Amino acid sequence: MFNFGVFTEWFDQLLESVMPGWAATVIECVIIGVLLLAVYSVLALFYIFYERKLCAWFQCRLGPMRVGPWGVLQSFADMFKILIKELIRLENIDRFLFALAPYLVIVASMLSFAVLPWGNGLQIIDFNIGVFFMIAASSIGVLGILLAGWSSNNKYTLIGAMRSGAQMISYELSVGLSIMTMVVLAGTMSITGLVEAQQDGWFIFKGHIPAIIAFIIYLIAATGETNRGPFDLPEAEHELTAGYHTEYSGIHFGFFYLAEYLNLFIVSGIASLMFLGGWMPFHVPGWEGFNAVMDYIPSVVWFLGKAFFVSFIIIWFKWSFPRVRIDQLLALEWKYLMPIGLFNLVLMTLVVVYGLHF
Amino acid sequence: MELSVFGIQSTTLMVVAVITGLGLVAAALVIAGLISPRSFSPQKGVAYECGVETRGESMMQFKVGYYLFAILFLMFDVETVFLFPWAAICRSLGPNGLISVGVFLCVLILGLAYAWRKGALQWK
Repeated sequence: MFNFGVFTEWFDQLLESVMPGWAATVIECVIIGVLLLAVYSVLALFYIFYERKLCAWFQCRLGPMRVGPWGVLQSFADMFKILIKELIRLENIDRFLFALAPYLVIVASMLSFAVLPWGNGLQIIDFNIGVFFMIAASSIGVLGILLAGWSSNNKYTLIGAMRSGAQMISYELSVGLSIMTMVVLAGTMSITGLVEAQQDGWFIFKGHIPAIIAFIIYLIAATGETNRGPFDLPEAEHELTAGYHTEYSGIHFGFFYLAEYLNLFIVSGIASLMFLGGWMPFHVPGWEGFNAVMDYIPSVVWFLGKAFFVSFIIIWFKWSFPRVRIDQLLALEWKYLMPIGLFNLVLMTLVVVYGLHF
Repeated sequence: MELSVFGIQSTTLMVVAVITGLGLVAAALVIAGLISPRSFSPQKGVAYECGVETRGESMMQFKVGYYLFAILFLMFDVETVFLFPWAAICRSLGPNGLISVGVFLCVLILGLAYAWRKGALQWK
């Protein structure tokens, strides 16, 4: 597979040959920041379009069709529209916390976004405890949501934030447990290490039964953690107007919207990284010709393809199932997913310790 | 130290990502502040509760059920912190590591079972 690290190394040497080391580092940091910003916004806009088209097709509609061919420019138009909307000044809010909340939500999703490996050598943050860092970073987001609901001084936002908080922290446990199950199989917490361990077979094939159970638990829990339907109680529009972001207007609301779609991409990216091999191509042992053809597909295409596929499933959930009640939601997590996840962890450990995996 | 893209330390890049996030929000707010219209009326400034006037305080004490789940979450989240390092090396620990962590997990599962029996998981 083509290693993008060759390109970045060449660029690094080019910069260092014309300027001192510290200046090269500063320029590289700026380039990384700009790239991160561009990819983050474009991906969020693409996801808004993706979901709108998919939900239209699930309901036998066409979806956005007017702006650009097949409506592909619709989310750009929406972004521009949301920028020119008025930012309403509210009277009885806690101004500092109200302004702080979008920063927390965006920074949390930006941090976990930067950890994802996009391709061979295309990864920004690469700690040796990468998985742990990712879980820690993504759980900052719930603080932003709680602050947004509390500081708005509105009963609907408070209820929305409380529901969201209870739901996100509960489902985070199952996400953590199913990720831990895969860490047991991989034997490393570094994200590069995780992907490289899947060179001779994706974890969902390598770990067979416990890996498949973990994958199903992860899909359900990730849907819950990103506050998406059928678990979208925090923004149940007919009972809570819009949930925790009712009082936010214009681009202020746009940040929550952006982060929500980015979180959908992040959980799909983590699923493809943990279970479906990250940017590793699909190989069948023994089929040399087939494997060689698969190697020609760039690693970025593999990663994005898998992530979009998992997102497709999560969006499919949303448009197929009715919304659950809060007691059903918490019972599903604490009485089913959580105990199953714990036993699955023990099962996976048995499989690994006695070498029963492929 | 862990080096990443361009041979920069991952810690530095983490700071870059945080600054990018803060910059995104700040820049978008500045742009919106420059090009969006602005007007004020007393009606606009009040809380939006579907046209009904707000009664009483909204920043109030809230249903205890949510906090109960928060406490349970704390217990299992700390467990996650303990289990992750074990998970990374469990292959080399072998059966002995399995037994010791099994005892730890048993205590946790007993805790969950106790909370379940006590009715803490029942939404009231």
